[in-house]
Amino acid sequence: MRSLLLRRIRNHLMTALCGLGVLLALAPLASLLWLVVSRGLPGLSLSFFTALPTPVGEPGGGVGNAVVGTGMLVSLACLLGLPLGVGAGVFLAERGDGLFGRTVRFTAEVFSGVPSIVVGIVAYGLVVVPMHHFSALAGALALALLMVPTLSRSTEELVRLVPGSLREASLALGVPQWKTSLRIVLRTARGGIVTAALLAVARAAGETAPLLFTTLNNQYWNLRPDQPTASLTVQIFNYAISPYEDWHQKAWSAALVLLLVVGGLNLLARIAMRNSLGSHR
Amino acid sequence: MSAAAPPKIRVEGLDAWFGETHAVRDVSLDVRPLSVLAVIGPSGCGKSTFLRCLNRMHELVPGGRATGKVTLDGEDLYARGVDPVSIRRRVGMVFQRPNPFPTMTIADNVSAGLRLNGWKGRLEEIVERCLRQAALWDEVKDRLHSPATSLSGGQQQRLCIARALAVEPEVLLMDEPASALDPIATARVEELMHELKARYTIVVVTHNMQQAARVSDQTAFFYMGELVEVGDTETIFTNPREQRTEDYVTGKFG
Amino acid sequence: MNRSPAAPLPRVSGGAARSAHGPNLGDRAWSGLLGLLGGAVLLIVGVVVLALVHVARPALKAGAGTFVSSSDWDPVSGSFGALPFIYGTVVTSVVAILVAVPISVGLALFLQEMGPRKLRPVVSFGIETLAAIPSVIYGLWGLFVLVPALRDHLEPFLGRTLGFLPVFRGAPIGLGYLAAGLILAVMILPTIASVTTEVLKTVPASLKEGALALGATRWEAIRMAILPYSRAGILGATLLGLGRALGETMAVTMVIGNSPTISPSLFAAGYSLPAVIANEFAEATGDVHTGALAGLALVLFGVSLILNSAARLLVRMVASGPSRAVAS
Repeated sequence: MRSLLLRRIRNHLMTALCGLGVLLALAPLASLLWLVVSRGLPGLSLSFFTALPTPVGEPGGGVGNAVVGTGMLVSLACLLGLPLGVGAGVFLAERGDGLFGRTVRFTAEVFSGVPSIVVGIVAYGLVVVPMHHFSALAGALALALLMVPTLSRSTEELVRLVPGSLREASLALGVPQWKTSLRIVLRTARGGIVTAALLAVARAAGETAPLLFTTLNNQYWNLRPDQPTASLTVQIFNYAISPYEDWHQKAWSAALVLLLVVGGLNLLARIAMRNSLGSHR
Repeated sequence: MSAAAPPKIRVEGLDAWFGETHAVRDVSLDVRPLSVLAVIGPSGCGKSTFLRCLNRMHELVPGGRATGKVTLDGEDLYARGVDPVSIRRRVGMVFQRPNPFPTMTIADNVSAGLRLNGWKGRLEEIVERCLRQAALWDEVKDRLHSPATSLSGGQQQRLCIARALAVEPEVLLMDEPASALDPIATARVEELMHELKARYTIVVVTHNMQQAARVSDQTAFFYMGELVEVGDTETIFTNPREQRTEDYVTGKFG
Repeated sequence: MNRSPAAPLPRVSGGAARSAHGPNLGDRAWSGLLGLLGGAVLLIVGVVVLALVHVARPALKAGAGTFVSSSDWDPVSGSFGALPFIYGTVVTSVVAILVAVPISVGLALFLQEMGPRKLRPVVSFGIETLAAIPSVIYGLWGLFVLVPALRDHLEPFLGRTLGFLPVFRGAPIGLGYLAAGLILAVMILPTIASVTTEVLKTVPASLKEGALALGATRWEAIRMAILPYSRAGILGATLLGLGRALGETMAVTMVIGNSPTISPSLFAAGYSLPAVIANEFAEATGDVHTGALAGLALVLFGVSLILNSAARLLVRMVASGPSRAVAS
């Protein structure tokens, strides 16, 4: 029998070690956020958002085309990814209890872990090869394919939060199933679905790997989906791995912009979630 | 009410299952028009399932199915080609827990059944009439456009009753409508049932025997999925035919 | 489905809407539409596999048998030995797991079992933020913060103290397996920590209370009751983290050094499967090169499918499905 003192010491030691885990996990976060803000802020100005990139050594310039490019890529991805992802999620919540539903759910879960670079090659094969050149469309397809599995699962979870009693109440009023699904269940889950969609958009905006060989990059403004396009993430990558000091500075500033975009979307998602829960519970 | 009047609802040889579980066994009974039938019995006796067979809600539960004959004014609800959706408009339902639609205002909740069924027309009068019938009008008339969730539990339950009345059903099914309410709210709902039976036929499931005695004209006692006894409420509570009924109503078990 | 009549009535599911008399047209159309949308998920996965195989075909034809047997990667002369990438992917993932799992489990235990409740929302907000940061920003941070720190402090220190181990020998250059492994650890930490937290939540309170009632200290209760119960789930969380680590591209590409060699030292520069795809795909020299890279992606895809399936099954075994919101 070990003495009680020893056991107590051991208990405190292990608690302290686990507490250390919290610190070790959050330290990189603190360091990262601090550096992105402190190094990125000096380079931010209005022209950083509006100007085109400048060559090495030339002062000024910005990432305006990359901001626009990311916006276009994500919007295009949403056109395909949001309806499919949300729709599949509604399917899983409403009709997902059978064998087919369980298969779809498992597939979505497993597929949501597939490396994004792999999906980039898929988009390359589906769009770049037949078109013979890189394009925003190819990148958007990759982002959309990445969106669907995660979005469908999160949509399902949030639609399932709608109490079954509401569905019953509607059916008992003589409202048909489909109308009950659309007008009662989905209407009630709307805040949650918006949340899930915003989070999916935030993830898509931060993707880099699948864009490297689909949208490539572009030094100029581009609004044509069939042309190579700049994006914030690829621009950060190119700046960061360059050997030039002033490009490094731009990488940090662009990272700050990206972080603000992603953070803002996450914040909106939280607000949407809170509003939907606040008014229903 | 004379016993000779044709029944509003006639149940003949009704069986209901959840998967393999035989929840309602060969039940037959009549419900008189414009009366209150209370269904009592220990939990798990099949009384809620029985109720849900009367508007074909039971079959919506996974594994739920029912056989037998349930007629409403002589028309078989389970006959081929009958649309359950249209039955549910004639046979309304109020649930154990108040379940107003959280995204809608008070007024919109009342008119929800009409609007969702594509009814076009003036809703204000209907909303007022139903809220009056549900004895809620005076409490909410100044805030018809506030969210339904801002009401208290008892008010929400009366709102659900008003919502059920708006589609003008002939029968109202109530599944332990007061079990989630406090005594004062319960008293209001019971009072309301007295008023409503002037216009509607009511079947109420309750686990509370005093409530059954207070609100109903007739009482059916269910045990283990079987209908043990049905009769005038007074008889069931004072002079039942069956020993099991007597044991239950006198509190010897259940 | 078996239900005793005593059970509370289950939630009305849309799934059982089929009445014996046929649903009306609207219900049928709605069901059909939903089924199509669900089927789209399966279709997408099928298209992904076909497209990958299609792009990889030239290399498969040219005989990619040397993929795993050769360590000579020279696209210009047509040799595609992938061993250095496989080695680098494995080494960095192992480092990441070794670092991230103890920290994540410690964190989850602290949050769920030991630490003050008030801390929970703060820490879980931090973990969610970690998970939301784009990987290219991790790469940026790794390149300009982690790599110099490793080069100037951690690697010389490890070399002095543990230099007798071959893994800690060599010149401290910063860029390399260790940097990639550590940044992966940070990136997979949220996945492992949050899944572990979910798993811990499913441990019945009675188990822990039983141990505590016997006079066990909190840690003893965790070791005796909680950890054994949640072992499979923690393993599942680890596999999920491993799956993420194997496929993570940008951060690794930026800090691993991109050198197609195999080296026993963690300080040395290396390469990984996703990194080589990221660096070479856009400028690949011909179909065979492209195909070889797509072949690597196919390997990555297969491994991640296996890992994720195993992980999901393990987690499900413990949690027996996601908590379904059932209302009476």
